[in-house]
Order: sequence, then structure tokens, then C-alpha cells
Amino acid sequence: MGNYILKRLISAIPVLLGITIIVFLIMAMIPGDPATAILGSYATPENVEKLNRDLGLDKPLVTRYFIWLGNMLTGDFGRSFSLNRPVIDEILERFNATLILAGTSWLLCAIFGILAGVISASRQYGFADKAITFVVLIGISVPSFFLGMMMILLFAVNLRWLPASGMFAIYGGGDLPDLLRHLAMPAVALAVVATGVVARLSRSAMLEVLRQDYIRTARAKGVGERRVLYGHALRAAMVSIIPVLGIQAGFVLSGSVFIEIVFQWPGVGRMLVDAILTRDILLVQGGVVFVAACYVFFNICVDVAQSLLDPRIKT
Amino acid sequence: MKFLKLLFRNRLAALGAVVLGLILLIVLITPLLPLQDPDVTNTSNRFLTPFSEGHLLGTDHLGRDLLSRLLYGTRVSLAVGIFAALIAGTIGSAIGIVAGYFGGRTDNVIMRGVDMLMAFPYILLALAIVAALGPGLFNALIAVAAVNIPFFARNIRGVTVSLAGREFIDAARLSGMGHTRIILTELLPNVLSTIVIAMSTTVGWMILETAGLSFLGLGSQPPQADLGSMLGEARAQLITDPHTSIIPGIMIFLIVMSINLLGDGVRDALDPRLRSGALTRPRAQTMVEREGPVPADDGKGLLNLQALSTQFHVGGRVYKAVNDVSLHVKPGECLGVIGESGSGKSVTALSVMGLVPSPPGVVTSGAVRYEGDDLLDMPFEKLRQRRGDKVAYIFQDPLSTLHPLYRVGDQLKEAISVHHKVPDKELEQRAIDLLRSVRIPNAADRIRNYPHEMSGGMRQRVGIAMALANDPDVIIADEPTTALDVTVQAQILSLLDDLRREHGLAIIFITHDFGVVAQLCDRVAVMYGGKIVEEGTTTDILDHPAHPYTKRLMACVPELGAGKRELAAIPGLPPIVSDLPPGCAFAPRCDKATEACRQGEIALEGGRHAVRCIHPEEEVA
Repeated sequence: MGNYILKRLISAIPVLLGITIIVFLIMAMIPGDPATAILGSYATPENVEKLNRDLGLDKPLVTRYFIWLGNMLTGDFGRSFSLNRPVIDEILERFNATLILAGTSWLLCAIFGILAGVISASRQYGFADKAITFVVLIGISVPSFFLGMMMILLFAVNLRWLPASGMFAIYGGGDLPDLLRHLAMPAVALAVVATGVVARLSRSAMLEVLRQDYIRTARAKGVGERRVLYGHALRAAMVSIIPVLGIQAGFVLSGSVFIEIVFQWPGVGRMLVDAILTRDILLVQGGVVFVAACYVFFNICVDVAQSLLDPRIKT
Repeated sequence: MKFLKLLFRNRLAALGAVVLGLILLIVLITPLLPLQDPDVTNTSNRFLTPFSEGHLLGTDHLGRDLLSRLLYGTRVSLAVGIFAALIAGTIGSAIGIVAGYFGGRTDNVIMRGVDMLMAFPYILLALAIVAALGPGLFNALIAVAAVNIPFFARNIRGVTVSLAGREFIDAARLSGMGHTRIILTELLPNVLSTIVIAMSTTVGWMILETAGLSFLGLGSQPPQADLGSMLGEARAQLITDPHTSIIPGIMIFLIVMSINLLGDGVRDALDPRLRSGALTRPRAQTMVEREGPVPADDGKGLLNLQALSTQFHVGGRVYKAVNDVSLHVKPGECLGVIGESGSGKSVTALSVMGLVPSPPGVVTSGAVRYEGDDLLDMPFEKLRQRRGDKVAYIFQDPLSTLHPLYRVGDQLKEAISVHHKVPDKELEQRAIDLLRSVRIPNAADRIRNYPHEMSGGMRQRVGIAMALANDPDVIIADEPTTALDVTVQAQILSLLDDLRREHGLAIIFITHDFGVVAQLCDRVAVMYGGKIVEEGTTTDILDHPAHPYTKRLMACVPELGAGKRELAAIPGLPPIVSDLPPGCAFAPRCDKATEACRQGEIALEGGRHAVRCIHPEEEVA
């Protein structure tokens, strides 16, 4: 097992390098003089020149890449000019909030998606199946940002059950119940589409597995229906559900950008959008690389979980 | 045409098509409609509610007509989404075709790059591109198209790889065609449908993604409206004037949902498995819909099948897999059921404990009596208690019949623990003993193996051990030795024979092999076309086969030391049980058949040795 994890970690190195190259190349597409583009047309020539030097833009592309990469490896992601602080500090501070939001949503989508899929499959064409299929269809068609806005209208404005924005109450907040109250709406809004996707996949994976010979064997042994479903069939279906959970993590991270805007959640997504609007390129660059790298590591965890579940995978 | 028919039989898909069609139509004629200019502000008429005078949907924060902005905005959103899909589809497919066609290192390098693009959560890549190019609708379009390229590249590469190995591509290459021409004239036409389908299913995402970027203020810039930017601008007045948010939001929802519905319909219409209903979940117990009276208990045997009929109902067709079959087996007795594939012997076996997959399987008549109780009539819980405890199965092909993710020991333990409360320690010991009893060496270690770590013969023994777990009264063995080599087969047969003699086990042994029957069985029933055509003791049948089919079937078996002898295959094919001829099902393949054979039902006649034939090879007693 240790060997397998090590192997997967090593295989992540080229992917991480690829990510940095892609981000670097995209940023090299900035039309015209990047320093001017960043600082705006009112910038003084001294500032432009200074930024050019800071970015190393007077050097050839390849050299610039390696300098940038080397700096990042030592934890130096550059300095955000709009916030006037190191990019990495800002990212680390923001990433916690995103992790709480996206992580909760991911857990919600995994739990409820699989549950809905299993119930749907076990009552195929019955009322529960049709109801779930219908709700899922609506769920995957609503843009999360619109859903979030409608939830604010209903639960924050009309019913006054939950706070409309932020991560903590401004006065007297800061404890766990306060966080949960603030987290409830954004986490659910973010989870809905992913839950629908997981539910659909779980349903078809379960149906596929339930036709297999080993399910018939379990029944022939006299195993009860509940155990056939949750012990035998779901266990086997998880083999095809888990990779999708990995993909959903990417969707949830993506969607958190919108949800953070709607609910004023102080995460990386909102930081990125603000950074783009203020043309704070280093902050964008650093944020994208950091989040993408985290996603790569998360997927390694998914692979490891998969290998634990499926003894046929050579570890 | 057939595809469209299938698509529109799906009511939801049709609904999606209608909604999408309506939206497209309205959007196409928008410039012709008497609408106000979507960008003209009128600050004295801000936030009019829907159905106001002159503004059907009201006005927004600058007093602009919402209906007009909605329709023009939908135009922009749809156009951008479709255009992005076209760009992503074209570039992505080109990359995929090149990678799939050339293969080797080209493929490797390209797909590595694609994998790296896919390592990003998609929105991050789009944000990075917009950050570099600057906010704007066109740049958002480029970003959305770019992040979807890997999806097309990967899918189209897959299709191309399978095509590139086909003969017609080789033929084109040998005829001296250049690569470009082969790709354009031979390959492209074959992958085009896949590309179009992929585009039509992804256009919904792309509309949603561009709307998202506009919502963030990174797409369309004021005053131009698209659905995302309308929603983004309305957010500031969400609480005071919710209609400005709800209107564009519902439009996005309608577009995305109709595309999803249509996409699902397309997928279902194209997936043949869904069409045949093969993806339906088998119930815990075969459906029983008996027509006519249930036969009274005639007290024969321990397990007694009386006039059993099992059918498969698939899309209006009825397959009579088992037709009026009566069989019984006594304690310590072994009954062989023999026949070609498709003769109904496995379905007969599975019907006993309600294991025929249902739907589509239905038991339509007869009774299955275990100790006199009708298993078909039993509540599920009582049937379940007998499954594996009283009547156990051994299945063919133990690679697919054992659960791939559980250790064999745990599967054995489960077979016991679902019926009997046994402490864990003892359970483990029982599992080891069971493996020993089927002569698996190192049983104590083997229980920790997964099925894929064992050989076929070992797995089959595990299957037998599992059937023996609760010391059942009856074992139904469905071709348990077919997949095995001869020496292993012989070992397993003698094992079963010992068990029967030691434990007084009743065995129903299903096979197509007369050699196995001779070795193990006391009595034999021969099945053809879902019916029993001959029944008798093993000696009767082997020495004096009465039905022409039995005789022909035996002639197919080569004999050692019989010298050079022509092996007589039976001409023709077994009958299709949805379309049985009247009279004898074997008549079309039988050289003794006369007109009388094709007229009406022929009875199974005789005593200890019975045959269903007008012209038997030998007289039966």
C-alpha cells in the first residue's frame, strides 16, 4: 500500500509540472506589455519598469518559467499588488474557507447522491424512483448561482431562518453553530448539481451490478434483500461511483467560485474573481496553480481509496 | 428514422425538444418583434413589476424593458454557447482524430497534454484564460471553448482508435491514399455522428458556463445583455426587486433542462441495452402469475416440480423457456437434466428458488414443492430462509458468480451466518472446514484469498463449499464442471458423488455432457425446446435411447477407443422458444419426422422410461 501511494505521488509530478506550464503559457498570452496591462494606462513609467523587473519580463520565456517555478517551490508566489501582501499568505487564508465550503458540499453530494441512486435503483420504475429522477433532473438543470439567490430569497429574506451571506456573524459569532448556520445555504446550493450527477450515476451503476451473477449467488445463499442491496451490490457499484466522486470534487471546486460570490463567502474563488477584475495577475496565477495542485492531490486520495476498495487493482 | 421514432416515443425527450424549439423560434424572430430597444435606459421607470403598462415583464434597475433584454440576452447566450460548442468540437475532434489515427508517440504526447488540461477544475482554467485576455464576451467564449476541448479530444480519440484498426482504413492506406485524404474521406464521415452528439450534449454546459462567467462580470460587458450578466446585475436588487433575478434565471433553467432532456433521450435511443430492457433490475423473487389451477401435491420426491412453466416476456414477445416440466428428486438421488444450450434446463433450475431474473421472467403455471410446500406460493421471507439452507445452488463460471470484492472466506461465512447465529470464531473454523471438505489445500490461508487470486478449479470448489455450507437437503448444480479441464472435472464429480452418499443429498445435475451423466446420475431427463422429451434411469437412456433427439445427442459424443467414427452433429439449430412449431419441436431437424409429428401436442408416454415421440427409436416400458 505504501508503495502504491508513493508511486501515485511520483506520477503526480509531471502532472503538476504540466499545470504550471499551462498556467504560465496562458499568462504569457497577455496581449501587449503585461506590466502596463496590469498597472493600467495611468501607471508611471518607473512603476511599469519596476514591475517588469519584478516579473522578470526582461528575460526569455523559458528562463522566466524556471525562475517562477523555483520561487513557487520555495513558497514564494510573488506579491499581490492590489492587496500589497504575499500571494501565498492570501491564498492560505482564503483556502480554508473554500475547503470548508467545497468539502461540505462534496460530502453532501457523496452521501445524498449515492443514497438517492441506491433507493432509485432498488425501486426501479416505482414511485420513489420516478420522484427522485424528476428531482434530479430539475437539480442538474438549475444553475447553482441562481439557486443560491433563490435560497437567499426564501430562507434568509422571507423565512429569516438563515443568514444571507458571510462565513461568521459580525458580532458575537465565530463558533461552530454560527459557522454551520452560515454554511448551510451555500453548501447545499453548491452540492445540488453534483448530487444529481452522483445520483444518476449511482442508479445506473447499481442497475448494472444488480444484473450480475454474483448478486444471483448472494440471493441463492438466502441473503436478505437489504443486505443484497447495501452489502453486495453497493459495494461493487462503488468501484464505478468513486472515480465520479473524484470528478465531482473538481465540479464542486469550480462551482464554489459562483457560490462564494453569491453568498459573500471569503474563499479563493471570490479572491480570484476580484483579482481578475483588478488585473492582479500574480494573485490569479498563484491561486490557480495552488487550487489545481490541491485537486491533483485529492484525486490521488481518490485513487488510493479505490485501491483499498477493489483488491483487483494492483498496488 | 428509427432513431427519431425512438427519441420521440420518449415523452420527456419530446417535451425537451418542444421547449427548446419554441425558445429557438422566439429568439430567431426577436428582431422582428415590436420590442423596445433592450439598451435604452429610462430611470423614471425603474423596477416596474411584471405586467406593467408597456412592459410585460417589467423593467430593471435602469428602467430597461426586461422582456426585450431577456429575448436579446437569450439570443446572445445561445449564440455564444453554440459557437463555443462548435469551436471546442472542431478543435477537440481534430486533436482527437490526429491522436487516434497516428497513434504511437503522437498519441502519447497529445493525450498527456489533454490529461494535464483535465487535471484542472474546469472553471480555474477558464478564469486563467479570462484573466490573461481580459473580461469580455468574446474572451469568455474563447475560455469556455478552450476548457471543453479536452473532453472532445478524449472522446473522439477513443472512437478513432477503434476505427483506425479496421480493414477499410488499411485498404485505403494500401491503395496509396495520403493521411489527410484518409482522415477526411474515410475517417471523418464515420466519427461525425459521435462529434455531433457530443456537441449537442455539451452545448448545455457551455451555455451555462458562459452565463456563469457573465454572472461574475467576466463575460458580456454593459450595456449588452446576456442571461448571465442580467442575473449578475440583478443580484444587487435581489431582495427589493426579485423579479429582475427570477426572469433570467428561469430562462437559463428552461434552456438547460430542455437540452438535458433531449440529451438523455438521444442517449437512451442510442443505447441498445436500454431498448431491450436489459438494464432492468431483477427482483428478489421471480414473478409468479399462474393461469389455471395449481396442481395438487402428488407426494413425489423431496423436491417436486409439477407442470412448471416459466416464460420471458420481452417487448410483446413471449419466450416459453420452460414448458410444462415435471421433475422430482428423492433424498440421496441424483437426477441429470441434459440438453443443448437454450433447451430451458438452466431456467428450470433457477425457477425452483425464484431466481429467474424478473422482469422479464414469469412463472406462468405449475408448482414447485419442497417437502410438500409450494415454493412459488411462499412469502418471500419464508422462501429466503430455505434458499441456501435447504436448497442450495452451484453455478457455472465461478469467476462471475463469486463476489469479486469479498474474500472467499467471508463469502462462505456469510452463507452460514444469514441462516444460523454462530459465533465469529466458530464461523471462521466452519469456513476452513468447508474448504477442506472440498479438498482445497492450505484452507486456513485460502479463506483470505479473493476470487481473482484463485484458479478456475479452486473457485469452483469454493462455489461447491458455499452450497454445502448449511448441509442442505437438495443441491441444484448448473453445469458446475463445464468451464474446467477434465482432471479437475473428474475430481469434482467424485466429490459430489461422495457427498451424496455420505449426506443423503439430493442432487439435480444440469449438463450437456452424457459422460458426466453416466458417471453420476441415477435418472436422466432430456430437455428440448423447453420440454422434457425423454425421461428414465441412466441405464435405460444410455443403452436404449428412445427419442431421436436423445440418440442424436449421444452420437455427438466421441468415444475413446471407438476407432475412426464419424461424429454426427445434429443438423439445424435449436428452436427459438418464442416461435415454437406446433407438435414436436424437434421435427424440423429429425429425419424420422412425418406429417403427424407437426400436428398438435405429443404426450410424454411410458412408465419408468417415458418418451415424447410418435416414432420412438425403441419401445419404452
